[in-house]
Formats: sequence, C-alpha cells, structure tokens
Amino acid sequence: MRRFWGILLLCLAWGALPWPALAADNGGALVIGTIGDATSMIPMITSDSASHEMSGLVYNGLLKYDKDLNLVGDLAESWKVSDDGLTITFRLRHGVRWQDGKPYTAQDALFNWRFMVDPKTPTAYSGDYMKVKDASAPDDHTFVVHYKEPFAPGLASWTLSQMPRHLLEGKDVRASKLNRHPIGTGPYRFVRWDPGARVVLNYYENYFEGRPHISQVTYRVIPDMATMFLELKAGGLDWMSLSALQYRRQTSTAFFKKNFVKYKYLASGYTYLGYNLKDPRFADKRVRQGLSYAINKEELIKGVLLGLGQVCTGPVKPGTYWYNPKVKQYPYDPAKAKALLKAAGWEDRDGDGILDKDGRPFEFTILTNQGNAYRANTGVIIQQRLSQIGVRVKLRTVEWAAFIKEFVNKGRFEAVLLGWTITPDPDQFDIWHSSRAQPGQLNFTYYKNPELDKILVAQRRTFDREERRALLFKMQEILAEDVPYTFLYVPEALPILAARIRGVKPAPAGISYNFTDWWVPKALQKPALTR
Amino acid sequence: MLTYLAKRLAMMVPLLIGITFISFLIMHLAPGSPTDLAADLNPKMSEIAKERLTKLYGLDKPLPVQYWNWLKRLAVLDFGRSFAPDGQPVLNKIADRLPITVTINLLSLALVLVIAVPIGIYSATHRGSLFDQGTTVFVFLGFATPTFWLALLCMILFGVILGWLPISGIKSLNHDQLSAWGQLMDYARHLALPVILSAFTSLAGMSRYMRGNMLEVIRQDYITTARAKGLPERLVIYSHALRNALMPVITILGLSVPALIGGSVIFESIFAIPGMGKLFYDSVMARDYPVVMGGLVIGAVLTLVGNLLADLGYALADPRVRSS
Repeated sequence: MRRFWGILLLCLAWGALPWPALAADNGGALVIGTIGDATSMIPMITSDSASHEMSGLVYNGLLKYDKDLNLVGDLAESWKVSDDGLTITFRLRHGVRWQDGKPYTAQDALFNWRFMVDPKTPTAYSGDYMKVKDASAPDDHTFVVHYKEPFAPGLASWTLSQMPRHLLEGKDVRASKLNRHPIGTGPYRFVRWDPGARVVLNYYENYFEGRPHISQVTYRVIPDMATMFLELKAGGLDWMSLSALQYRRQTSTAFFKKNFVKYKYLASGYTYLGYNLKDPRFADKRVRQGLSYAINKEELIKGVLLGLGQVCTGPVKPGTYWYNPKVKQYPYDPAKAKALLKAAGWEDRDGDGILDKDGRPFEFTILTNQGNAYRANTGVIIQQRLSQIGVRVKLRTVEWAAFIKEFVNKGRFEAVLLGWTITPDPDQFDIWHSSRAQPGQLNFTYYKNPELDKILVAQRRTFDREERRALLFKMQEILAEDVPYTFLYVPEALPILAARIRGVKPAPAGISYNFTDWWVPKALQKPALTR
Repeated sequence: MLTYLAKRLAMMVPLLIGITFISFLIMHLAPGSPTDLAADLNPKMSEIAKERLTKLYGLDKPLPVQYWNWLKRLAVLDFGRSFAPDGQPVLNKIADRLPITVTINLLSLALVLVIAVPIGIYSATHRGSLFDQGTTVFVFLGFATPTFWLALLCMILFGVILGWLPISGIKSLNHDQLSAWGQLMDYARHLALPVILSAFTSLAGMSRYMRGNMLEVIRQDYITTARAKGLPERLVIYSHALRNALMPVITILGLSVPALIGGSVIFESIFAIPGMGKLFYDSVMARDYPVVMGGLVIGAVLTLVGNLLADLGYALADPRVRSS
C-alpha cells in the first residue's frame, strides 16, 4: 500500500513539474485569404477591417483583449485607475524595441495621444481621446492620462495601435512612409505590399513575448468569395472565412475533412429591423412588440444563415460578461402579435386582409443596403411573415453611400434592416442616448427614454465592473421591453484553417487572439518565401 | 495630313475639359461623400472628427472652387492625392494598376484579331459551309454564355481538377525567387485564363463582324472585276477585299481603347487581378474623388486618342478621308 501511495505521489509530482507542452516547431508560411485590400498600414487613420487585420500583427496597443474579451496589458504591463476615475496610470514594459531598433518609451505613448487629438490627423477615432484633459510621461515607463470626467469606455481606446514617434512626429501623416511600410513593436515585421494583391509579413525575431512560431504570413486579396474558395481547394490558401452555404454544403467532403479544420464561433455583430419612431405608427410600443412577435427569428436563422447563428435579444454579444440572458423575448407568436396590434387600434375592418386604422392600411417599406444577400433574404422572409398577420411590407435596396446619406442620416425611412458590430466594450451611448437622436447621428430611429439616458451616462462613469454590469443589464431589459429595434440574429463566424496548423484554441474572442502561439510541425511546413 | 492632325489635336482640349467638367459635376451630385465610408455608422466617429475630415479633403469649399482647384492642378499634371487613408498620389495608384489591365486587354485584343479575322474571312468565303454553320453556333454560344460562370468552370477544371493553371492573381508567391524566364512563364500561366476568357467574349462579335464586312465587300463590283480579270482568288480576297473589309474593324479597335483602362471589373474581381477596373470601381464606391477623376481623365484621353488613331488609320487607308 505504501508503495502505491509512493508511486501516486511520484506521478503527481511528475505531472506538477513545469514540463513544456509538446514542443512547438518554428518556421513555415501561412497564406490568408481576404476580400478587401488594406487602405493604409497606419491603423489609426483607417476604418476598414482589412487594414486593421493586416497591420494588427505589426503593432501593439497599450492594452489588448484576452481570449475571454477581458482587457489585459500589451505594451503596458499594468494600469491603475484612480479612485475618482479621472486618472489612468499605465506602467509600460521594459526592453521593448521598435522593429528599427529604437526603444519604445512613454514618450511614444504621449505622442500617440497628441497625434489622435491633432486636428490635422484624418482619423475617425479621435472622439474617445478628446475626452482626455491632459496626458504626461513622467518617466520612460510611465504614461498618465487625466480625463475631464470618469469615462469607462476610454480604457478600451488604449487598445489602438501605438505608432513610432520618431518616424511620425512633425510629418504629414498622409504622406508618411508608414502608410505603405509599417514599423511597429509587434510579432511580425512588414516585408512587402503589392497593392490589390498581397501583403507579406515575416516574424520579428526580437518580439518582446518571444518570436512567433510561424515565420511568414501572407494576406492574399481575392475580392470574389467563389474564387477564394477555389483557391482554398487548390491549396493556394490556408485560412479564409466561409459563407454559411460553403460551411454547410461545400466543405463536408473527405478532401476537406482530411486537409482542413472548420471553426465556428459567435461573430461580434447583429442584424436588426429598426423602426423610425417619429412615424406615429411605430411610436406605439405595442406595435413594435406585435411586429417582433410576428417575425420568426428561428426561421430567419434557419433560412438565411442555414442554422449558423443565434437569436439576438439585445445589443450585447450573448455569452459575454455583459450579456443579460434574462430579458423579455419575442418568440414567434402570430396570435399574440395580432392581439397587440389590435390593442393598438390595428385590425382588419374592411375585410381586405390588411390591418387598418383610421381608414389607412398598415403598410410600410423596409429599406436595406445593396450587396448584402443575407439582409435581402431576411427582408423577404420578414415580408412574408408580416403579410400573414395583415401587414403589407415593401422591400427596397439602396447603394450604401446613398442609403446612409439620403435615408438613414436624414431619417427618411419607415424601417431599416441593418446590422451593428458589437465592440468588446459594451458602451452603447451613441446608439441609444436621446442626445444622439439627431440627423446624421447614430440614434437614427429617434428612440428616447429618460430612464435609459440616465443608465447610459452612469455606466460610462463607473470603472467598477460589477456596478457597470448591473447598469448594462438594466439597459438590456429596457431595450427588450421597448423594442426600438426588433433584434433578429447574431451570425456565427466560420473560419476554415489548414489542418497542419496546431495551437488553435477557439474562445469567445474567436481564434486569432493567440496567433503567435500557432505552429506547424516541421514536416508539414510550407517554405517561407520572399525575404 | 499634318493640318488634319493638328486640327484634331486642338479639338481635343476643350473636349477634354468638357468631359472632366461633366464628370466632376455628376460625381458630386451622387449622394454620399468620401467621409461617409469612414464616418457613417461608426460609433467612434465624433462630429468634430467628421468636420475635420471634410476640411482636410477640401470638401467644405463650394463646388466651382473645388473644380477650379482641381483643374489648376491638372494643368501641371498633378492629379492630387487619393482620399483613401494612405493618401497615395493618384498617379502612383493608377501607375500601379494600369499596366496589368492594359496588358491583359491588349493581349486579348490581339488574340481576338488573330482568331476572329481569319474565321470571319473563311466563313464569308465559304458561306453556308459546315465551318460557317459551326462558327455561327459557336458565336451564339459566345454571346449567350455568362463569362463569370465560364470563368468559374475553367478555374475549377484547369485550376482545381487538373492543376495546370493558377486560379487567380498575376504572379505566384514564389515569383521573386524564379529566374527571368521562370518569371515570364509564371506571368504567362497566370494570364492564360483571363486573357483567353476575355478574348472569348469579344471573339463572337468580332468574327461575325468580320464575316459581314467581308461578305459585303466581295459582292462589290470591283471584286467581280478583279475576278473577271483572272486574278487568282487568293489575291482577290487578301489583297483587294481584305483591306476594305478591315476598315470598320479599325474603327472598332479605336473604340476598344477606353476599355483598355476601364478594364472589366467583373473579370478583375473574379481573377483577383489588381487592375484599373477594380481600382476605379472601389474608388467610385468610396467616393474617392481624386482617383475617380484621375481615372476618368486618363480614360477620356485614351478614348480621344483611340478615336484619333482610328481616324488616322482610316485616313491612311482611304485617301478620300484625308482630302475631305
């Protein structure tokens, strides 16, 4: 018996020793397919996802998101928010160097803030930084920012890429070489960019977290989804995002099972039907609730996303810390829908099958943007469902710029079918606060609720996560009750990756958060090219 | 001939200004502005940031002022900088993209000529033959087949199943490591499908056109005279008839010049070719006015030059045009 315990103890001790996991090989190349080309390699002045994705491996922010979408240090080792919430002090890492050899210091961080608030910087992201009253760099490794008032979403703004002061200061950013040749502190260094065709990155040997395992990353720009899929099949790509159809119907063959791995996780975005609340018909909450009951969200997910999505209940990503799972829901219930509409005065009095009130039939137009097949299909299914309860719907698609400028910004619509990206920071002030219900602003459905206004302001002023969460839970309850939008669905992101890649660990943040840990066994590596 | 040329060239200046004015006006009449792409539906975009962008792009000035400024810059061949975040000079952007589009179109044009002209001649001289009927069917197929669909089929066959040709792009990832000959072959392999497919679409029209012209010409009296004089059929067709039958083809060629830069957006998207068509399309969508205007000016110049070349070709081939 003693021997047994002895062996057990030995086994436990063995297991507790810091043995490295199966050693990850370095080397090899990876080719990623992307629909759009980057517009610049200075992420602070771009607003397209391709630019941010491609330059993301070259730069670091002060902070970053971990696998569970919590903020953690990146170039900042730690940070502290003062008790009054007005000051954030970042302690920066020691020994970080730019890829051209110069040291990264707090002066760089300070420059980045100044750059963002400079009127000459053509950036869309200055808003959060302009809330900073003052910033300073008392020493090389301390960066302090003072806010005019406590601003919790401000913390997330420090995830934006840090640019090298010594290459950008005093120069016209639009003429800067960094636009085409980024130099950062990140795990990969820039090699070349063939506009419209590819961006090549090689590993940075002195990266502060150690060299990334995969030696070379190439982004290939392929604007057509079908072509990209053929490239994947022919071995020209190792990673792309699949459409629902490709995921369900075209990638279940033995070939794909052998050579690729498919992943699936909830995307950070949702689709909704937004009502113009200035329209007297939609001003009545019962009408919006009735319409929400009349739309079968499960059916939309099945029909449009081929089952690859989840019902959306509000503007927060399901499964995250900020998500309130216990809000009012609107399962498909046409009888309830009719009852609610009847209570609001809408019923079929003349027997033509269409609900009417004061002699006017209930009909409206859903507007959506051109070029999004998911939304177009969603519109058709909604149209059919609403016709069953006696509401006549017309659909209209408009080119994006015209759609925004002429209809959304001017409030010239009855209902819109659109989507929002869900950012990891849950601040929704700009979308729901009544001060934002102005032409050209984001509260374009003109939703106003004094109680919600207070909550939106309060959640911005608290850094206490628990307290902020309680406020945001309340926000979600109010929105679910008032349904200024009928929240429809959150689609799944559907990446497919070459099977030779190891170390991929899907998490709420997706799959790419630990990209530098990915590796390919020596025998399966594709050679890295173009130094 | 020289006065003719000078007159034509002088005419081009006001025409060009007219074209740019109308283009400028129409472009600014279209709803949406360059700031929209960055700004709209972006919760992080403050009003102030939007105003700043508008000012930076000079869009806060009245339209006539904007046009005048643009025209002044154009006079010294300064097309300005793109509104895209990288702020590249428009000429650089166009220079990056133009050569590949022009190459593909010239190659496909050459291919069309090499194939369509003989087919047209043969069909005309052997009217009603099996070959003529066969090409008629072929022509209808060419007209009726959607090219993007045909392109996908070819990509699946030659790229995925047989693995003979690359599917997209204009060069391989290892292009830089290849020898000069290897690089040339690499380009050739990448260009094969786009060139052949874009030729295929015009082939149908051009061969029919050639056939029609030829038929018309060989019915003319002078051809009958030539035959009556006992000239060999080869000489009648290739020396007397062909020259006249080719005249309208020259016009068509002149008219195809603008297509050299307009390129084909669909083709460039399908084959992931970083060409002018795609650049132009994306710029229009992003309301990147300087790039759109740059593309339009170059397109207009090429169109005018193309027309001029066609007319000169005409004048060279037909003395009556010169004297009139």
